[in-house]
Amino acid sequence: MLKRFLKNSYSSIVLALLFGFVSGAIILAIAGYSPAEAYGIMFKTVLSKPKYIAQIIVNAAPIILTGLAVAFAYNTGLFNIGAEGQYVAGTIVAAMLGHYLPLPAVIHPIFILIVAFIAGGLLGALAAWLKNRFGIHEVISTIMLNWIIFYINNFLANHPKIKVPGSVHSPEIRPSASLLFVSKEFLRSDSGRELIKAKPVLGQIIRTPLSWGIPLAIVLGIVYWFILKKTRLGYTMRAVGLNKDAAEFSGIPVKKNVFSSMFFAGGAAGLAGAIVVLSYGLYISTLGAQEGYGWDGISVSLIARANPIACIFSGILFAFLRFGGQMIQSRIQAPTEIINIMIGSIVLAIAVSGLLPRLADYLERREKSNV
Amino acid sequence: MFNTIFLALAITLMYATPLCFTALGGVITQRAGVDNIGLEGMMAFGAFAAAAVAYFSENPWLGLLFGGLAGAALALIHAFVSISLKGDQTISGIAINFIGLGLAIFMTRLLFNGMASTDAVLNKIPKLFKTLGVKLENHPLLHALEIDLTVVLAFILVFVVHFVLYKTAFGLRLRACGEHPAAADTLGVSVVKIRYIAVLLSGLFAGLGGGAMTLAVISHFTPTVISGQGFIALAAVIFGNWKPIGAALACLLFGFAQALTVLLTSYTALPTQILATLPYVLTLLVLIFFVGRAVPPKANGQPYFKGEA
Repeated sequence: MLKRFLKNSYSSIVLALLFGFVSGAIILAIAGYSPAEAYGIMFKTVLSKPKYIAQIIVNAAPIILTGLAVAFAYNTGLFNIGAEGQYVAGTIVAAMLGHYLPLPAVIHPIFILIVAFIAGGLLGALAAWLKNRFGIHEVISTIMLNWIIFYINNFLANHPKIKVPGSVHSPEIRPSASLLFVSKEFLRSDSGRELIKAKPVLGQIIRTPLSWGIPLAIVLGIVYWFILKKTRLGYTMRAVGLNKDAAEFSGIPVKKNVFSSMFFAGGAAGLAGAIVVLSYGLYISTLGAQEGYGWDGISVSLIARANPIACIFSGILFAFLRFGGQMIQSRIQAPTEIINIMIGSIVLAIAVSGLLPRLADYLERREKSNV
Repeated sequence: MFNTIFLALAITLMYATPLCFTALGGVITQRAGVDNIGLEGMMAFGAFAAAAVAYFSENPWLGLLFGGLAGAALALIHAFVSISLKGDQTISGIAINFIGLGLAIFMTRLLFNGMASTDAVLNKIPKLFKTLGVKLENHPLLHALEIDLTVVLAFILVFVVHFVLYKTAFGLRLRACGEHPAAADTLGVSVVKIRYIAVLLSGLFAGLGGGAMTLAVISHFTPTVISGQGFIALAAVIFGNWKPIGAALACLLFGFAQALTVLLTSYTALPTQILATLPYVLTLLVLIFFVGRAVPPKANGQPYFKGEA
């Protein structure tokens, strides 16, 4: 029974989450807050209102996508820490094309999404090229690229020809580029107001920025799963991830696979940036610190064990944790960074999840020798 | 003219120092065979601890010491996961980065009324010439070259680490653990013990690097004070070919990029944000042109299972 539990790949995730919550509780208790109260707020308050749940789903879309950006590359044995920068590249593309490019509705956002995917993808592919051509480890190169894109974003957001006078951000996107299900114009119109009055629950939900970003993230998760598990390309990528030398020996072009894998990975993160801007971000602004979407993507992917479909669920879980953290801070003033500590603890537990099957083997051996 | 050159030199040294401490830590841990991409988080936690202790005690040296200890405390977690539990070292490093910065800001908010940054410390790390009693009014050139004592400390440590790694039995054992742990084990070296010491030292050094940032370069902790420097230090380790002196030289180069950023901002019309990318662009360029010749320690990143291989 115990051995079967230890060998099950889901149990390590359950234990990791448990470890995260327990660590968070200990830190909260040491800091003088009641863990029960904090977690109570997190679960009860957050899940009590449809608008909170809608907001969590809205927030989940970009981290599902950056999670995919990490998970996809991970299957090829690559550690894509560059999702952060690829995400920012997507926001830049969306903000610029969203404002300066006059295109009709429907075509406008679709065009932007494609370009943002390519922009993020090329940034990922650049890291792949640096690895293939010069042997630079992708962890180092993607971190450097993150910071370079970060400052390029600030350069653009501050450029006198781009920024809105008196602000630190670019102009808003055109309404034609919006991905929102329900436009702001409708919410402000008479019929919109009537609808919100007549159906309060629905009204609450449609006032959150629910957009096509969510179905897009879910569909991409399924598509990436399909590519990895059901196509020739995915098969060769996973072969490279499992054993590069063996793959090379059996005639699989390793460098080509590294390149395409990083392109798909970066593309997902680029999409994440675009859907944020086209749904509720509306512009790029001067950043003081990295936004953390890429880092959250790493955790989302690790909890999902690099399975693209599982990323959808772990992305929602993450959005829930982050939202809960903000609630905890606003209700009992416990610093929201408690969530970072919890996430770190969860990731730490995942680092040792290989221990569980080893423990099971050990128990098995001990039993056999006792007989 | 000379003034500018000396000023450039002083700024280079100032920015290179936090990197240098951390890169030395990176050299030590990787030469012992344990990867540590958690240096960034250890730096951040060290930066916070140093600033907080120095703020409350008004003693910068005590602050620096606690910065180092804070880094080592996080390193203990990484060591336990990587060495004893034989976990995935990269993932553990990522976790440490979350925990390090998370704890730093969490505790800052608790101690400083919910703010994410600490207040400025009263006493920063003293300056070299001032401590020596040189009257700077009479020496304008020395005035431009005035450096923090942490710079001197980093310099000394480079040679200490070099000496320990290459001229002592402990250094030989440490390097053996990174190249061929099984062989080291056969000769009676405790791989576990040596690796623990190496990882703890790397945390201590990263914490000192963080402290050098908050107590010498600036005077308080902010959430962005350590932005990617732990990773730049790792790049310096690679560029320096896993040698203490090489890594230190690499840090000087990155420090110089920072100095250029600062100086060019006041001397040219290039936008600041574009200049700010210099250290990162330079890191990539340096790796492009030099990394092919670098040879990492053979057993770096691999857990050691006694009795296997």
